[in-house]
Amino acid sequence: MPKRLPRRLFTRLSRLTVVPLVLAATLSGCGSGAQDASPSGTSSDPSAGGGATTLTVFAAASLTGTFTELGKTFEAANPGTTVRFNFGSSATLAQQIVQGAPADVFAAASPATMKTVTDASLAAAPTTFARNTLQIAVPADNPAKVDDLADLANPKIKVALCAAQVPCGAAAVKALDAAGLKVTPVTLEQDVKATLTKVELGEVDAALVYRTDVIASGGKVKGIDFPEAGKAINDYPVATLTKAPAPDLARKFVDLVLSPRGRDVLTKAGFDAP
Amino acid sequence: MIRSRRRPHRSQGRPPWLLLLPATLGIAFLVLPLAGLLVRAPWPTMAERLAEPQVLQALRLSLVTATLATLACLLLGVPLAWLLARVTFPGRRLLRALITVPLVLPPVVGGVALLLVLGRRGLIGQWLDETLGVTLPFTTAGVVVAEAFVAMPFLVISVEGALRAADTRLEEAAATLGASRMTVFRRVTLPLVAPGVLAGAVLCWARALGEFGATITFAGNFPGQTQTMPLAVYLALETEPEAAVVLSLVLLAVSVAILASLRDRWTGTA
Repeated sequence: MPKRLPRRLFTRLSRLTVVPLVLAATLSGCGSGAQDASPSGTSSDPSAGGGATTLTVFAAASLTGTFTELGKTFEAANPGTTVRFNFGSSATLAQQIVQGAPADVFAAASPATMKTVTDASLAAAPTTFARNTLQIAVPADNPAKVDDLADLANPKIKVALCAAQVPCGAAAVKALDAAGLKVTPVTLEQDVKATLTKVELGEVDAALVYRTDVIASGGKVKGIDFPEAGKAINDYPVATLTKAPAPDLARKFVDLVLSPRGRDVLTKAGFDAP
Repeated sequence: MIRSRRRPHRSQGRPPWLLLLPATLGIAFLVLPLAGLLVRAPWPTMAERLAEPQVLQALRLSLVTATLATLACLLLGVPLAWLLARVTFPGRRLLRALITVPLVLPPVVGGVALLLVLGRRGLIGQWLDETLGVTLPFTTAGVVVAEAFVAMPFLVISVEGALRAADTRLEEAAATLGASRMTVFRRVTLPLVAPGVLAGAVLCWARALGEFGATITFAGNFPGQTQTMPLAVYLALETEPEAAVVLSLVLLAVSVAILASLRDRWTGTA
């Protein structure tokens, strides 16, 4: 008998643990969307919010590399300040701002998502600071020998596109329409990074992503330019927010993004000047 | 023994506030977000949004894949739970810990892991593609695989718990009467733990139905093929938050209705 007691206890415990597991599952089932879309909002300094002045920047996921670098430059130029970033899908960020998230600066990957915020009178006079162009991304060894946009219409070639609801998908539709091509993708991904992953892993033969993403992949995928990309250029607007907790820093940061130094960082990452 | 001593307390007096208060907070915490969805739902346009063919398509795909995933989990998970509960072998503890990996892993990472194994260039997927011409990513079968991967631990843990709580003396008695181990499993063990299996299957089904991350990563997102309701909800959120609310409510209503009706049928109580 005494031997069985621990076992019973274990059973009880294991029964108890089932309940939190269910909760966790339900929560993650419903909530994972936003999480999955935003490749980790990283803050550059964990001690943020102490006595130091903090600037909070909401920026599109495709700006992760460039804005992190500009954030470091900003902190060096303004000793004592800390820049916190929230990177994610522009649409999600816009929703968060409209719902009252305390942000100082918003940099979006499309004018449409910025409009959500300006329509709510939460940002004034956005400025276009960069442009992004589509490229065909193929695995480094290009197994299907894709070399132009027309190849994507070949039913034997597996193609991944972004869903039309997100900026890179809208741009892809525009480019394909401009070329008069009908492409049936195997998947419509939720953001450009997910689309790129499918190419990196060789699950698809080709995809339409931004040139900046091809450069950021560091040689794991090959980018191919195509003329119709010129018809589907994506503008990136930036604005200070009217309810910014740190309006002075916000203005300074936007100035940095628009400065030659900012342009430099963006160009190196593959963005075009507006 | 512990049980029989405690039982009389169950109906005595009112429940202590020390338990009642957190329980009430717990209910509010779980139910309020649902209330939020109900309040924000665009009721006037609800009917026309529901009539969109893509909604029904995604809903049907969700129900079919979640059910197939649950069947697959039952087929593999019940024997696995039995192995963990009834057979002593080295490394059993480690194995039990490994089985919970899909619970801890962020689903998107689970999806990537599946791609690395079953993808077109994956360890096994490469071989499947070359010898059988089968590729799982971007197919409905791929959705079932992703859902089963994420949902199986729920089934295994509940069934194992039930097996451990079940009275092994009945199994021993059957064995002394000459029943083989398989017969004991079929005729004694399984009926004994049926409620645990059922509970596990329900959990498993619910988890599979809500699966997002592993599905979109491993199986992709294409209407009619791999776009389940959670995927449709997520993409609707990008442009039309209202449509996302409608889709979420549909998924909730259907799953609650199915679970409630199953409960009625199987246990005879509401």
